[in-house]
Amino acid sequence: MSLLAIILSFIFVILALVLSTAFKLGLGKDIMITCVRATIQLLVVGYILNAVFGLDHPLGIIIMLLIMILVAVRNAAKRGRNIPFVFWKIFITISIVEIVTQGFLLGLKIIPASPQYIISISGMIIGNSMIIANLFLNRLQAEIDLRKEEILLVLSLGGSVKQSIFPILKNSIRASLIPTIEGQKTIGLVQLPGMMTGQIIAGADPIQAVKFQLLIVFLIMAAASLTAIILGFLIYPSLFNTEEQLVTNRFLSP
Amino acid sequence: MEIELKNIHKSFINQGKQQSVLKGISGEVEKGEILTIIGPSGSGKSTILSLCNLLQTPDEGELYVGGKEIRDWDVRNLRRYVGIAFQSGPMMKGTVLENLSLPMQLQGRTLESPQTYMNYVGLSEELLSREAKELSGGQRQRLSLARTLVNQPSVLLLDEVTSALDSKAAQEVEELILSINKDHKTTILWVTHDLAQAERVGDQTWLIMDGQLVEAAPTNHFFFEPNDQRTKEFLHSSRDII
Repeated sequence: MSLLAIILSFIFVILALVLSTAFKLGLGKDIMITCVRATIQLLVVGYILNAVFGLDHPLGIIIMLLIMILVAVRNAAKRGRNIPFVFWKIFITISIVEIVTQGFLLGLKIIPASPQYIISISGMIIGNSMIIANLFLNRLQAEIDLRKEEILLVLSLGGSVKQSIFPILKNSIRASLIPTIEGQKTIGLVQLPGMMTGQIIAGADPIQAVKFQLLIVFLIMAAASLTAIILGFLIYPSLFNTEEQLVTNRFLSP
Repeated sequence: MEIELKNIHKSFINQGKQQSVLKGISGEVEKGEILTIIGPSGSGKSTILSLCNLLQTPDEGELYVGGKEIRDWDVRNLRRYVGIAFQSGPMMKGTVLENLSLPMQLQGRTLESPQTYMNYVGLSEELLSREAKELSGGQRQRLSLARTLVNQPSVLLLDEVTSALDSKAAQEVEELILSINKDHKTTILWVTHDLAQAERVGDQTWLIMDGQLVEAAPTNHFFFEPNDQRTKEFLHSSRDII
């Protein structure tokens, strides 16, 4: 794609700005910031990827993955700022998900051990795990606010911390997975996934692109479930103190 | 002595500010006695209850249950020994039987004779298969008490358990609680805003105001010959409102 084509594509941004102004939506500043950020971020990533691919060294890949994980964790950790060690709990969760999925893909030689594959697929997995972590923490907070009485009831009857939170944990895990599952149900019918579209545009055989996309769909499903479950079990003990009392100020309102 | 509070202090952080809820409460409750706790809203009455089964921990002071400091108890055993019934009679999702069996289920055991408990609290056995959340307020409160009794508590904490009920249901639940006390010699700490009820059911009554125990006296004495001027004023103003 030529530079001119990219410049011309800014017409879409102008269209959004005109609409925002015409309907007094007050989004002009946000649209501009988003576009500038997206441009800068993607350009920087493009150059970094170029360098990492050129380097073709495991250390380059590991550093790149670490940066991706840290940025994702930082974003997701905002949801549960008051939970002790929340940053590390999300870090451990996403790292396990990344290791399990990449271990599987590389171990069974489903993808070649090259930075192009590892980094691109990891980006999808880590990004998805970040969203799941966000959804999970958000839902958990809402459920605890709503069902605090049930937690107190189980504790007051001599139940354990785990018994008191388990139904809520289960609900939060389920709820955080619903968008992923629902999104995958209409895949290809409503919209073609970005990666598949990219491959087809780049000239790949559509069937080949579909096969690869299927791999990603299954992978994302597994990664999403793993993220919600691991994070759930790492987070819940922090919601209680040593005297098995619910510590309600562990969450900050979003 | 079943319950003994020694200079109990408790404060909470509310909107970034430390708020003192209990300011040095001391008092005793004999085994099998009914203590009624009265006082204005927000005076700290419910907090006293939540400390007795360690749903909250005192910041200062000592609290003895059955002769043992609450922090020396295994917390789950303490919560079985000291049962609590909440104002709303909260129910878990599921049937009446599932709710009634909950205390046993939490210990990985099965409730042997749910019918006995249902009969005891005056609920029909036919209700066992109904969804618990469909029950009326009075039925919920009875079920809530039955569920607490499954653990065979020696102490029962009651937090405004009749305040959300109509007068007939309230009277029936009150009678049920009195029979629990009589049949099982259960020590009861009963928070109520209904002064007539406090007078009717109590052996001993405490007035809590602004986190302090203003007066503790045998119930008859408390209502007929209060010692403290603040008690006289509180009883007078509350009766005026009624």
